[in-house]
Amino acid sequence: MKYVLLFVGTRDDQDRWDQMTPEQIQASMGGAGKWFEKYGQSGKITGGEQLQGYKTVTTVRSEHGKPVVTDGPFIESKEVIGGFAIVNVKDYDEALEMAKSWPAGAVEIWPVMEP
Amino acid sequence: MVRILGNFDVAEEVVQDSLVTALDKWPQQGIPDNPGAWLMTTARRRAIDLLRRERKWSEKVALLEHANMSEGETDDRLRLIFTCCHPALAQDVQVALTLRAVAGFTTSEIAAAFLVAEPAMAQRIVRAKRKIVAAQIPYRVPEGDELAPRLDAVLAVLYLMFNEGYLSRGPQSGMRRDLAEDALWLSRLLDSLMPGQPEILGLIALMRLNLARSAARFDAAGELILLADQDRRLWDAQKIADGVATLERAALEGRPGPYQLQAAIAAVHAEARTWERTDWRQIVLLYDALLQLSDTPVVRLNRAVAVSHLAGPEVALGEVNDLSIALADYHLFHSTRAELLERMGEDALARQARLRALELCQNPAERALLMRRLSG
Repeated sequence: MKYVLLFVGTRDDQDRWDQMTPEQIQASMGGAGKWFEKYGQSGKITGGEQLQGYKTVTTVRSEHGKPVVTDGPFIESKEVIGGFAIVNVKDYDEALEMAKSWPAGAVEIWPVMEP
Repeated sequence: MVRILGNFDVAEEVVQDSLVTALDKWPQQGIPDNPGAWLMTTARRRAIDLLRRERKWSEKVALLEHANMSEGETDDRLRLIFTCCHPALAQDVQVALTLRAVAGFTTSEIAAAFLVAEPAMAQRIVRAKRKIVAAQIPYRVPEGDELAPRLDAVLAVLYLMFNEGYLSRGPQSGMRRDLAEDALWLSRLLDSLMPGQPEILGLIALMRLNLARSAARFDAAGELILLADQDRRLWDAQKIADGVATLERAALEGRPGPYQLQAAIAAVHAEARTWERTDWRQIVLLYDALLQLSDTPVVRLNRAVAVSHLAGPEVALGEVNDLSIALADYHLFHSTRAELLERMGEDALARQARLRALELCQNPAERALLMRRLSG
């Protein structure tokens, strides 16, 4: 069973990273790196990326049949997606365990549509 | 089934009902390992429901409840309970699903029990079923480290169910199925499926001790009577003894928990012959132990009430006032303050607090009590 785990952080968190040195960011994201390493080695993660900050995001949507391009994420919210992992696990509870052990903020678990 | 019931019409209706449940469920969750046994269980449960409504069948109900269960059947019902109470579902949905799938409630009965419109409840249940299927929430009993927190979630659902029934027992509840009795039934089922879990026994003891006081909780006009004013001769001595015995069985496991402690507090009340002879020192000690395990503002509020009977309302009010932010929207916070202020002779402040409690309180019986106090 496949799930996508979306890692949710806040804009404030991301704003703080702007003030940090790469070493400081590395140190604060160390737990997340270990998490990816642990589950990657056991073969449970089949894909995933860390995303650049919300300030780099562009939204394209359709208005009256015409594409409109705007700066920023689609949803105006304090929370933003910081990254994602595609996991392939035995069942839902295993995905839940992985999400619970994520050290860097909230996680949304999205079941993937099976063909 | 026909053999046990000796009434083909009832038996047929019952089996049909559970078959409908099964057909609804199996395509989504897979056919249980032992489908025959599962059907029998559901059918038996439905039969108990039907027969319960006719008192004369009481011996047959007892027969059904004590009929032997096969191992496959046990596993299957346990799986069903844990799936219904999965943390990926909202708690009100967990309660509804458990009532539907395990206790055999109809959707309209669940809707009535929670004072929700039937289509809304039906939609909630359908959505939950879809989520279970789409997200593939597993149909199994959790193991290892997972079991304890998941069992807590199941007990929380059963206790919520119980309180919903227990607190709403009153004049208007005639049309509603007795959620409190059903919650007790489910808890006993859980105990029979997972023997030796002291917190399950603690919850059963707590429910029994509360139900033992049922007859004294409302007056002839259907008005709620507080513990201090209840006629203790109306308490059911047999149920109290059962509750205490259940609690003693739980204590043998040597693993205290929040439900056992709450049951112990209820037992101290139940064993006091008069309100004046209540052992408040013991109750405060039990609340202290409860705080060690679950330090919540509501537990602190209840402890403060006990303290007021040992150290006076002034001391207790100080402790209660510390909770004013955490419990600002909780009606019992304000009604507790009202009681304490009244005992201190601060009638104007007491009235103010009681009015605030009334604004926040939804339960009809509790509202009526507050209004009586305000006019009295």
